[in-house]
Amino acid sequence: MDLALIVVIQVLYAVAGLVIVSAGLAVIFGMMKVINLAHGEFMMLGAYATITAHGLGLNLWLAMLVVAPIVVGLIGVVLERLVIRRLYGRMVDTMLATWGLSLLLVGIVTSIAGNTTAGVSAPLGSFSIGAYSVSAYTLVIIGVAVVLALVIRWVLMKTSWGLIARGTMQRPEMADALGISPSRVYSVTFAVGAALSGLAGALLAPLTGVVPTMGGAFIAKAFITVIGGGPAILAGLVSASALFGAINQLAAFLTTPVLGEVALLFAAIVMLRLLPQGITGRFFKGSL
Amino acid sequence: MDRRSFIKTSGAALAGTGSTLLPLSALAADEIGVGSIHDLSGGLDIYGKPMVDCLTLAIEEQNAAGGLLGKKLKLVSYDPQSNMQMYAQFAQQAALKDKVAVVMGGITSASREVIRPVLNRSKTLYFYNTQYEGGVCDRGSFMTGVTPAQTVGKLIPYAMKKWGKKIYIVAADYNYGQITSQWVKKFAMENGGSIAAIEFFPLDVTAFGPTIAKIEAAKPDMVVSALVGGAHMAFYRQWAAAGLTKKIPLASTTFAVGNEQIVLSPEEADGFLLSYNYFENIDNPENKAFKERFHKRFGADYPNITELAAGTYQGFKLWAEGVKKAGSVEIGKVTTALESGISINGPSGKVTIDPATHHCILNVSVAEVKAKKFNLLQTFQQQAPTDTSAVCNLQKNPKDNQQYVIKV
Repeated sequence: MDLALIVVIQVLYAVAGLVIVSAGLAVIFGMMKVINLAHGEFMMLGAYATITAHGLGLNLWLAMLVVAPIVVGLIGVVLERLVIRRLYGRMVDTMLATWGLSLLLVGIVTSIAGNTTAGVSAPLGSFSIGAYSVSAYTLVIIGVAVVLALVIRWVLMKTSWGLIARGTMQRPEMADALGISPSRVYSVTFAVGAALSGLAGALLAPLTGVVPTMGGAFIAKAFITVIGGGPAILAGLVSASALFGAINQLAAFLTTPVLGEVALLFAAIVMLRLLPQGITGRFFKGSL
Repeated sequence: MDRRSFIKTSGAALAGTGSTLLPLSALAADEIGVGSIHDLSGGLDIYGKPMVDCLTLAIEEQNAAGGLLGKKLKLVSYDPQSNMQMYAQFAQQAALKDKVAVVMGGITSASREVIRPVLNRSKTLYFYNTQYEGGVCDRGSFMTGVTPAQTVGKLIPYAMKKWGKKIYIVAADYNYGQITSQWVKKFAMENGGSIAAIEFFPLDVTAFGPTIAKIEAAKPDMVVSALVGGAHMAFYRQWAAAGLTKKIPLASTTFAVGNEQIVLSPEEADGFLLSYNYFENIDNPENKAFKERFHKRFGADYPNITELAAGTYQGFKLWAEGVKKAGSVEIGKVTTALESGISINGPSGKVTIDPATHHCILNVSVAEVKAKKFNLLQTFQQQAPTDTSAVCNLQKNPKDNQQYVIKV
C-alpha cells in the first residue's frame, strides 16, 4: 500500500517533470514553429541564473521562480532580435541557427563558470509514507506543473494578449492589417517561451548536477513530448507528458531507469506510427 | 632554362624545404621530455586539472634539485579534451614527434586502453597513475594507482562491521563500474554478507527516483556507490532530499575523487565511507611538506588535493628514482631499475613498485566525509595489489600484455 502510494507520487512527478521541461518548447516550437535546439541551453542558463543569484545571498525560491525566468526571458528577447527574427517561416534554417546558438551558449558558460558540476541542495527536506521517505521538493515540482498548465491556459484563453498571440501565429498578415505589430508579438512570445525554459532549468537545478552541457539530457525528451502532443499546445503538452511520463516511470520501477527511457522512446515511436499528427491530432480536437 | 638545370635547381630547392619540413622536436638537446596526457577540458577536467598541477609541481621540484642525469626536465602537456580519438593522436605525437622519455596520463580505463597500445608499439614508457579496476599486465607500463583488492577489500569489511551485511550496489555502466561492483560482491560474500541488487547507470542518467524507492523497498543495511561524473551527483542530491542519508548509510569507491564532497553540502555527504591511498589530511611529515609546497605554488585556496593528483605526484617520483638508478632514460634500463623494487616516501607514505605486476604496494586508508573534509578512521600499512598478482607475473612471463578481467 505504501509502495503503491510512492509509485503514484513518482509517476505524477515524472509527468510533472515532462510538463515543466517541455512547456517552453511547446510555446517556441508548438506555437511559433521555431525548432529551438537551444532549448536545453535556455534551461541551463536558468539553472546557472538560480545558482548565481542564490550564491549572492538571494532566497532560493526567489532565485528559482523569479530571477531565472526573467534573466532567460531577457536573453530570449536579445537572441530573438539578433537571430531568430530573420528566420520565421524557415523551419530548417531555425534548426541550424539554434543549434549554433546552443554550442555558443555552452561555450560561453563554460568559459565563465568552468566545466565543473555545481548545484544547490533541494530545499524543504522530506516526509515519510509508511516505511518510505519522499522528498518534499517532489511535491513542489508536481504543484508547479499544475499551476503552470493552469496559467498557460488562462493566459491563452482568457486574456486579450493570448488571443492576439494565437491569432498572430495563425495569420500574421491579418493581425498586421488589424493594427497589431506581428514582430512585437513574436518577440514577446519567444521571450515567454525562453522564460519558461529558464524556469524549468531553475526547478531542476536542485535535482541534477548543473554543468554547461546539462541541456543535452533534456532536449530529446522535450521534443518528443511536444511532437507527441500534436497541434493543440496545452492539451498536447499535458496528454503527451501524462502518457510518456507514466510509461517511463512505471517501466523504471519494474526494471531499471535505463529501460524506462527505452520504454518512453519505444512508446513515442509506436504512437507516432499510429497517430502521426500527435495525440491532439486525433483526440481533444479543437482544444487548446 | 633547359630541363637539366630546372631539375637541378628545383631539386635543390626541394631539398632545402625538405629539411625544414622534417618534424621538429619540441625539446632542446639538454632537456628530457615528460609527456602528460590528461583531460584539461571537457567532462573529465575535474579529474585532470589537479593531476597536471601535481605533475607540474613534481617536475619543477626535480628541476630545482638539478634535474635528472644533468639535464633539465620539460613538461610536454597535451589536452585530449575528454575525447578518446585525441588520446590516440596525442600518444602518437608524444612518442614519435616529441620523443618524450615517459608518458604520464590517462584518466578513465577507456583512455588508458587507447594510449597503452600506441606507446607499447613505439616503445615509450607509460605510467597510469589513477585508481582503477585492476588486472593490467604489461611490462611496458606501470600502474601506480590503487586497485579493488587494496581499497574495496578494506572498505567493504570495515563498512559491514559497522553497519550490517545486506548491501545494495549502484554503479556507473562501463568497465570500471561493472568490474568494481563484482569486487564489492566478492568481498561482501567472503565476509558473510549478501547483495540485495546491483544497478548500473549510464553516465548521463540524472533521474534516480525509482531507484531510490527500490532501495528503500529492499531495506539494505548499506548502499555502495561506484557512480562516476557530474550527472551522477544527482543521486546523492536526491538521496539526501528523500531524507535517506540519515536512514541508510553509504560507502563509495569513487566519491570525492572529483571533489564531490565540496559541491555537496555537509548534510548531504557527511558519514559516507571511502577508501583510498591518499587523503589530504593524512598525517605524516612528507604530506605536510608536500601540501605546503603545493599551496605555495597553486594558492592557499586550492580546494583539495585529490587521490588522483597525489597519485600522479607519486608516479612521477617513482619514475625519477628509476631514472636515477638506471643512469638513463632508455625504456629497458628504466624498467629494469624500477623492477628492482624501487620505493619512495610520498605524501601517502611509502610507495613501492611490485616487480611482478608493475603495480604498487602502498598504504590504504578508510575515512568518512565530514564537513567537506575527511575524518581518517583506519590506515592499513603497505597493501599489495593481490588482485592483479593473482593473475599476472611479469617476472615469469615478461611478454604478457593484456588486461585480465578477474573472475569473482
